[in-house]
Amino acid sequence: MNDENRSPADAAADAADTSPSSAGRYIGAPFRRVDGRAKVTGDTRFADDLVFPRMVFVKLVRSTVPHARVGAIDFSAAREVPGYLGHLVGDDLPIPFGILPVSQDEHALALDKVRFVGDPVAAVAATTEDAATEAALAVGVEYEQLATIASLEEALATPEPRIHELERSEGNVHKAVSYRFGDLEAGLAEADLFLDDLFYYEGNTHLAMEQHACVAVPEDDDRVTLYSSTQTPHYVHRALTRVLGLPASRIRVVATSNGGGFGGKSDPFSHEMVAAKMALVLGRPVKVVLTREEVFYCHRGRHPVLMSQRTGFTKDGRITAQHLKTVLDGGAYGSYGVASTYYTGALQTVTYKLPRYAFDGVRTFTNKPPCGPKRGHGTPQPRFAWEVQLDKAAHRLGIDPAELRLRNLEEPDAVTANYLQLGTIGLRRCIEAVVEGSGWRERYGKLPEGRGLGLACGSYLCGAGLPIYWNHMPHSGVQLQLDRSGGVAVFCGETEIGQGSDSVLAALVADVLGIELGDIRLCVADTDLTPVDLGSYSSRVTLMMGNAAIQAAERARELVAQAAGDALEVPVSRLVFADRRVFDAETPADGMTFQEAVILAEARFGTLGTTGSYTPSRNPARYRGSGVGSSPTYSYSAAVLEVEVDPLTGLYRPAHVWIAHDIGRSLNPVLVMGQVEGSVYMGLGEAMMEEQVFRRLPPSRSSALVHKMPSLLEYKSPTFHDMPPVTTYLIEDPDPAGPMGAKEVGQGPLLPIMPALSNAIFDAVGARVDQVPIHPHMVLKALSAKDRRYGPRAFPEVDFGPPLHVPTPAEGGDGRAIDDPRHRRTHGIRSADGTMTTREEALRAQHAAGLTTG
Amino acid sequence: MLRLPPFRLRTPSSLEEAARIVAGEGPAARFVAGGTDLWPNMKRRHQKADTVVSLMAVPGLAELRGDTGGNLEIGGTVTLDRVERDERVQTRFPALARAVASISSPPLRNMGTIGGNLCVDTRCTYYNQTEEWRRSIDYCLKEEGTVCWVAPGSSRCWAHTASDSAPMLAALGARVRLAGAEGEREIPLADLYRDDGIDYLGKRPEEVLSRVVVPAEADAGHCRSAFWKLRRRGSIDFAVLSVAVALWQEHGVVTRARIHLGAVASWPVGAEKAAEALVGRPVGDEEAIREAAKLVRRVATPMDNTDFLAQWRGVMAERYAESALREASGLEVTGLAPNHRLVG
Repeated sequence: MNDENRSPADAAADAADTSPSSAGRYIGAPFRRVDGRAKVTGDTRFADDLVFPRMVFVKLVRSTVPHARVGAIDFSAAREVPGYLGHLVGDDLPIPFGILPVSQDEHALALDKVRFVGDPVAAVAATTEDAATEAALAVGVEYEQLATIASLEEALATPEPRIHELERSEGNVHKAVSYRFGDLEAGLAEADLFLDDLFYYEGNTHLAMEQHACVAVPEDDDRVTLYSSTQTPHYVHRALTRVLGLPASRIRVVATSNGGGFGGKSDPFSHEMVAAKMALVLGRPVKVVLTREEVFYCHRGRHPVLMSQRTGFTKDGRITAQHLKTVLDGGAYGSYGVASTYYTGALQTVTYKLPRYAFDGVRTFTNKPPCGPKRGHGTPQPRFAWEVQLDKAAHRLGIDPAELRLRNLEEPDAVTANYLQLGTIGLRRCIEAVVEGSGWRERYGKLPEGRGLGLACGSYLCGAGLPIYWNHMPHSGVQLQLDRSGGVAVFCGETEIGQGSDSVLAALVADVLGIELGDIRLCVADTDLTPVDLGSYSSRVTLMMGNAAIQAAERARELVAQAAGDALEVPVSRLVFADRRVFDAETPADGMTFQEAVILAEARFGTLGTTGSYTPSRNPARYRGSGVGSSPTYSYSAAVLEVEVDPLTGLYRPAHVWIAHDIGRSLNPVLVMGQVEGSVYMGLGEAMMEEQVFRRLPPSRSSALVHKMPSLLEYKSPTFHDMPPVTTYLIEDPDPAGPMGAKEVGQGPLLPIMPALSNAIFDAVGARVDQVPIHPHMVLKALSAKDRRYGPRAFPEVDFGPPLHVPTPAEGGDGRAIDDPRHRRTHGIRSADGTMTTREEALRAQHAAGLTTG
Repeated sequence: MLRLPPFRLRTPSSLEEAARIVAGEGPAARFVAGGTDLWPNMKRRHQKADTVVSLMAVPGLAELRGDTGGNLEIGGTVTLDRVERDERVQTRFPALARAVASISSPPLRNMGTIGGNLCVDTRCTYYNQTEEWRRSIDYCLKEEGTVCWVAPGSSRCWAHTASDSAPMLAALGARVRLAGAEGEREIPLADLYRDDGIDYLGKRPEEVLSRVVVPAEADAGHCRSAFWKLRRRGSIDFAVLSVAVALWQEHGVVTRARIHLGAVASWPVGAEKAAEALVGRPVGDEEAIREAAKLVRRVATPMDNTDFLAQWRGVMAERYAESALREASGLEVTGLAPNHRLVG
């Protein structure tokens, strides 16, 4: 391990004898968030708040047909609109892009084909937003319509026409994966109880309050700056570099404060490419603000997933083996879909001991807006299946559902059957907290008809172990600049999306240096000025940015301490940084202000700057596809939900939620609780009502395939009338991998909510709903069904391809597949932009480039 | 964001002038009061107007008063918030207060008016969409198209009534005054509506709904009423079903009853047979209430053009009718009530 890879905890242990110490006032306290005042007073400048001299407006013309070849585009009527300035079409931006290197399948504007209603076809610019709107409505597009695919079942059954002509898959299958971790049949043979269930999880969208917006500003010398509501400015920067064909150093991406993201602003988008190009063409700043309907078309939300889950249990409730099969409805483009597919299987192993595990997954293409990462990315669907099935097993075995889970808890620091290296596990304390708080032992199974309790758990990553493009560089970097003002400037590529990352960054630096939040100046999410942070996704920011920030701050503290120690004639190890002072721990009156100490350090060392960075350590898996699911550590959650159900109507109402979250350590308990409650809210929306669904018209009369309700009024998400009281428990057990012991909280607490509702409805009325959202008519139908169940009844024939066999650690495996024909040690090739690829991938890319440019 | 198309705004200061402008401009002109329905509809371009005639400057239209006969008169531009909070409405017509309080959300009730709610456009998930969305289904019968996609074999439009105040005021026997270029006329409120998703209002385009008259005989001293609204969430949503009932009694026997339903037809359909089934029966006769509730279901024609499964809304019509009638009869109500809270 080189020095950059050392965790701050290691460094602190080694340096304990020689390092100064700090006494901070923020970490662990409910300090006010640094952006709080601006957010509540309206001072925060979101992308749509930005105004530049001579700024003009762009509207995208989107496809009104679900699948077609694009013919002639007629701008003659648009040109007549007063204020019209110009337009772009697909040929103006012919280079494809996409968030994953393996899925470069999007064009800023359709080149030849449109693949869903809402796919961007053209862009018009005008002097006002009104004029741009009128001009966009006046553009005429000719389409040659193709047959459409509306569902995952149709995609599997319909090889032609293909939505994408992929080399590596057939028909309308995007990606198929198949794994056997250990001897599944031997595991199932040990089982006394064998459950075989089907589950369906409907798609839904993020519904961030802020609609996507961006402003592109042309600068002198062929440079362009893009201000955008994005969670991933670094990846947008890379995509723009590619699509505009400009050197990366001539493009600057600044992420503005996001009015919510939840994964919906993690992809590079058409409107960002178009704004930048139009700004360069017109030489004027260009703003694009999407309508709510367009946000539904950008989507990248929860994949609809059909699941088959077979699990074996012994009489005493031990889990012997599981075989999970998932089919994802991916929509029209790749987006994060390859990763999403792996995620529907990867985290089934991290909560309970699962000695043998088989996973088959397939993602399909359909003529609908692309699915991608939404809070929990790919894991809420199988988590729903897992936790509902555990509830069923508990009933069949006569074991209390909480007890069944406690008996199977995974061990801290274990390596799972699929080779995930776990860290601390606070799940036992989480379960105990919600069992105690809800009166579970006294009330579960004993409430009057129509009232019930349901319990479920979950776990999530604290940052993806691998970056989106293969490279060996840090995942997060922080740079500090100290000067004679006594203030500290903190530079980091991290992106505030409402989760509080700015506050965490400032507080960590302030506490290590013993100064106040008011002394910190933040410069974040600016690709010109800040070191790279990969973005606000995969619950990675607190852990990765936090560790980098601590490293940078400790290095700065070291420099200041050397200068102060010499002046005070006190050994550095006795110095304390606290209350904006540097002083002798033994005689605290002997000291100086932090500012005085910085002045001494600046005089001695010259201009003061330090850096810190963080790269996750390598995980133990060595099989193909093992990159998805690995993480420095994992968070855990447990929830009990109480519900009232009216058996005559199927109407139900969550009455209370008790939720416990294993946070490692709360850097700010109020921010943590806000994330927990926000997750409960979002989870209830998915469980009760939210669905991104589509409709066809009678095929004899129309080939339409449209989003059923792309509006905030008709896409139902709970109001606070619908939100039950929530009791939150924060379980603290500092994890050595986390900054000051902290784990993630942005996504994990969502996971138990959906299965907890289904399980609670069962306790209330004795009927199972094996799908979400749970509409009241489903409860009513389950109550009258012979098997007292509502849910999917069939699983299609799917070719998942030949499975990779990976012996488990218990079977003596070394993390490699034993039968992978493609597995051989290959050296990476690094391209000019830092991307690493295998030799095979590089050749394929060169070949593809030759085909498209030649 | 969605942008309004260009239009001319007129603010006449008399009803005659307002009617004259609209009569002169024809279908290219529309009235607006609070704008909570028209502006979003114009942004989505399924309602169009070259001239919009605001009624908010017309004197007298915003008056809420009791007349000499004990009737309550509500001017057309009285905001929904004022109706909901008015003490006379709350004590004498509590079910009307409840119906109005259930409309949308507080900000929209601050802007929206009783006249606007009574004239609110019928709704349908194939129609309340943007211009681009409607292009992708080649429009629909209600606006620019030739097919009603809710029932493609049908020759009519099945958009549903979206007013919460209409079924309640119809059940209470309210009347409305319509002011046109040639003066005012008064008609029963129930006669304002037609069973057609497109031509849903029985008033001439230039007529202004100037006043609602709620009769004294329908107040709490004479009549027992109830209003139940089914929707997904506790606020904001339009009804997917509403049931408004009014019962008159003498000596413990029902002498007259009216039941009107919202959101399950193109108009606030009356359930006359169900109401008749109650007349002559003791107030609170559970058997009679169950019979009436079954008959209510027969007049409900929920279609797949709003939230929730249409068949389930049919089931709910009977359940909510039973609950509303029980409430009006002073019986205990069990199960989940509006806003999905358990009662009883």
